[in-house]
Amino acid sequence: MTTVVIALAAGLAAGVAAGLFGIGGGILFVPVLTLGLGLSQLEGEATSLLAILPTVAAGTWRQHRYGNVRWRTALVIGVAALAGVEVGIRIAEALPEDTLRRLFGALMLVVAAQLFWSATRRGNRFGELGR
Amino acid sequence: MRLVAIGVTAGAFSALFGVGGGIIIVPLLVVAAGFGERPATGTSLAAIGLIALAGTVLYALRGHVEPGHAALVGLPAALGAVGGAALQQRIGTRVLLLGFAALLAVIGVRLLVA
Repeated sequence: MTTVVIALAAGLAAGVAAGLFGIGGGILFVPVLTLGLGLSQLEGEATSLLAILPTVAAGTWRQHRYGNVRWRTALVIGVAALAGVEVGIRIAEALPEDTLRRLFGALMLVVAAQLFWSATRRGNRFGELGR
Repeated sequence: MRLVAIGVTAGAFSALFGVGGGIIIVPLLVVAAGFGERPATGTSLAAIGLIALAGTVLYALRGHVEPGHAALVGLPAALGAVGGAALQQRIGTRVLLLGFAALLAVIGVRLLVA
């Protein structure tokens, strides 16, 4: 019961943060699932991909209504990604649990640094990333 | 061809980390495909839906997905995201963003050293 309440609250908080700061939910779902709910790093990452689908669907619908989605491009990327996904899963399965967790920790630091960078500058953050 | 390269890269990144991969797709669309920020963000979301779906299916075939846990976290999150996006239009987020970045950094360090 406690676990259910923690999961619901953490999910809600992660969603609010994702909507508020314009980031994906996965970077938050994985630690909620591992540190909060006790899944292994591999299970947490796999489960996170399912957990982000409702949020992504809602966000895509909103962006579609704003006219911001180029569907053909998204489709090409999505289909091409299949090969990459298979490779990514094989790497994740081959890596020791500790290494996978540390890699994810490093990714969180990169995202944190990117958010710090965007918070300390005016203008959009995604455009700056590429410069 | 560039889009295919972006897709393969994003797919591997997404599956390896269990995230959508917007952090790499958006800048790649801007830099390698000449997209503006808004279409890059919108198109990236649609692509992420397909990528995460592929990742979910391929991970599930190997028995790594816990659907109950995903529902517990993912369904309230979808509600929260709608609220968060609405809130973003009304309040200044700069200080909140700094605090949030600090929180991410703390969790990241914890995962790194644990």
